[in-house]
Amino acid sequence: MWGILRRSAVDGGGFSASSLRRTRFALVSARSYAAGSKEMTVRDALNSAIDEEMSADPKVFVMGEEVGQYQGAYKITKGLLEKYGPERVYDTPITEAGFTGIGVGAAYAGLKPVVEFMTFNFSMQAIDHIINSAAKSNYMSAGQINVPIVFRGPNGAAAGVGAQHSQCYAAWYASVPGLKVLAPYSAEDARGLLKAAIRDPDPVVFLENELLYGESFPISEEALDSSFCLPIGKAKIEREGKDVTITTFSKMVGFVLKAAEKLAEEGISAEVINLRSIRPLDRATINASVRKTSRLVTVEEGFPQHGVCAEICASVVEESFSYLDAPVERIAGADVPMPYAANLERLALPQVEDIVRAAKRACYRSK
Amino acid sequence: MRLAISATTYRMVLLLRDSHQIQSLVIVTPWWIRSQVLVHTKTPIVMDFPGGKVAFTPEIHFISESNEERVPCYRVLDDNGQQLTNSQFVPVSKEIAVKMYSDMVTLQMMDNIFYEAQRQGRLSFYATAFGEEAINIASAAALSPDDVIFPQYREPGVLLWRGFTLQEFANQCFGNKSDYGKGRQMPVHYGSNKLNYFTVSATIAYSLLTQLLPNAVGAAYSLKMDEKDACAVTFFGDGGSSEGDFHAALNFAAVMEAPVLFICRNNGWAISTPTSDQFRSDGVVVKGRAYGIRSIRVDGNDALAMYSAVHEAREMAIREHRPILIEALTYRVGHHSTSDDSTRYRSADEIEWWNKARNPLSRFRTWVESNGWWSDEAESDLRSKIKKEMLEAIRVAEKTEKPNLNHMFSDVYDVPPLNLREQELLVRQAIKSHPQDYPSDVPL
Repeated sequence: MWGILRRSAVDGGGFSASSLRRTRFALVSARSYAAGSKEMTVRDALNSAIDEEMSADPKVFVMGEEVGQYQGAYKITKGLLEKYGPERVYDTPITEAGFTGIGVGAAYAGLKPVVEFMTFNFSMQAIDHIINSAAKSNYMSAGQINVPIVFRGPNGAAAGVGAQHSQCYAAWYASVPGLKVLAPYSAEDARGLLKAAIRDPDPVVFLENELLYGESFPISEEALDSSFCLPIGKAKIEREGKDVTITTFSKMVGFVLKAAEKLAEEGISAEVINLRSIRPLDRATINASVRKTSRLVTVEEGFPQHGVCAEICASVVEESFSYLDAPVERIAGADVPMPYAANLERLALPQVEDIVRAAKRACYRSK
Repeated sequence: MRLAISATTYRMVLLLRDSHQIQSLVIVTPWWIRSQVLVHTKTPIVMDFPGGKVAFTPEIHFISESNEERVPCYRVLDDNGQQLTNSQFVPVSKEIAVKMYSDMVTLQMMDNIFYEAQRQGRLSFYATAFGEEAINIASAAALSPDDVIFPQYREPGVLLWRGFTLQEFANQCFGNKSDYGKGRQMPVHYGSNKLNYFTVSATIAYSLLTQLLPNAVGAAYSLKMDEKDACAVTFFGDGGSSEGDFHAALNFAAVMEAPVLFICRNNGWAISTPTSDQFRSDGVVVKGRAYGIRSIRVDGNDALAMYSAVHEAREMAIREHRPILIEALTYRVGHHSTSDDSTRYRSADEIEWWNKARNPLSRFRTWVESNGWWSDEAESDLRSKIKKEMLEAIRVAEKTEKPNLNHMFSDVYDVPPLNLREQELLVRQAIKSHPQDYPSDVPL
């Protein structure tokens, strides 16, 4: 709730009458909660999650480019080198194929590596090891060799980094049996899902977002506990509603929540589902929501063809066809390599307006 | 410059000379002066670049692309199996020598019989290790059971040495329910957790050669962190050394100081690509130095040399925490696999020559016999025993049931997720409704 309060302040620029009304309302409600509701950035959430898991289990170690001495390219691994030493926080040479293979080999031998990609775009150099060495090993070896490894790093578009640094890999990795693919949004998501990923005996691809690292979110006492863990394969209903279901993940959750606010002003109550887990996909939650609202809008940042949204559409059509009152709406990034120029980049990514328009179309409120 | 100096200064000057800062020093002591020193100083000869001190040279000199002479190849036995004089090698007991030779024979016979079975249509696929029996068995013999093996696909001899039975080999090839791989892989993709032999990666035969090399380095790093008296060992061919993974793995192993043995089976051919089209370096051994890795070139068809090289390499790797590169020169006598007919790209004479004149089995047999440890009788006894065992193993494996249907869905994850459990139910329902479309020899 504090999070919503912050975002509307940022959005408004100044305080318009309506946002002030919202602000005052939020403040009043806040006082009725326990005092000292904490906030945490996603960066600190990830850092604390890795720190706690490393302290609890000596087999967990971190490897990647710049994770040690430099404190992490995005400072996610800050302070870990000083605390755990160079054997457990390993600065690798520049070879994704090399260090991913080595991380998988270490996992084969019983260690629990957390491999950082400076961005998932670089994971393409190593994708053979992620898929053929990690994802398929348990199956190919008939359960003799499991790979408790986590591949993490920023995924999707940042700001002005161009085509080769902006691709979203959720759909690629989520299509592979043997992998688990997670995409956190808030600080609580980041902490709970990363801890679950590190503890999981299967290989996990953990897709973060560079622009979310600095964002602060409210975090409960429960989430700050070192044993806190979120279940893999369960989506979260961020906002309940009854008119239209909007599913999304990662940075887009923020955009969808803003869109839901705008829709609420126009009398459309949107149910926002934060997928959290792309593989396994929480089809049960998605379908239950669609059966309640009868309308679906799926949103993602990545390329439209064969995307996560496509899979959700197929799942809903297969399982909840007779409940749908309108065709499913799909909002995805433009089908072009990401342009660099700021105005073009903005056009190539879903914006709040696009989501609002799609929801209205699904509700037959506009063309 | 000419100086008159005291005794102390003289001592300082000597120190300077020894540090090579002074090109020449002439000490002159005419009667009227205590000592006179002629000092010619050089310009500074070393510079501290990132990475360490480097000496300068005024000559423009390119390091040649190859040495005048190729790196020599270590061998202990000559072509006829006679021990060379002055040969250094790790002694081998009678027990080990006899087991080595017997296993080499077993490997060769197993390959023969499985190859024939494939040709008869009883197996879908097979890859032999003809000509490389010494590499297989001798390297395995020099390692300890705790050393973790990351094979390519031409090293079943290592499993054989460690105790994998002919029946177990047959079960994997036939993909029956006793196969440890639960029928999920092509023939020759053996693996055994118990024997520390990593499951052969199916993709290695295609575009993902040497995929296991970086994995081996990671495992070695893990062994080092656990302070185990063991190393990781990985095999690859001459063709495999071209893959990116090879370079990443070697570089990394050196930087991480990982106890891993990289054993290259340079058998001259990568399917149809000869080594002249594979690389222009002096084989694979010289690549070790490029990464700061100690390396050796060995006669891969000499069982004693292989044994000694691997034995020494293992000691160094574990004791000094370093990777070692071993290039074993050999020849691929067989086809690349049953999907290949190598007479299409090389002469049958060449194959024959290596098979007869350079056979690793006959060379080693000569040496073992010269010690009085083997005989013709022992040979024929062994061969008939193996043949019987092999034919029985195939007979049993062929008859054994295929793996159960639920093995299609297990092991994708640690715990089967909901979607896979649902899919299995759907499959079983479909089978119930249409039993005629389901093969009768696959148990439900």
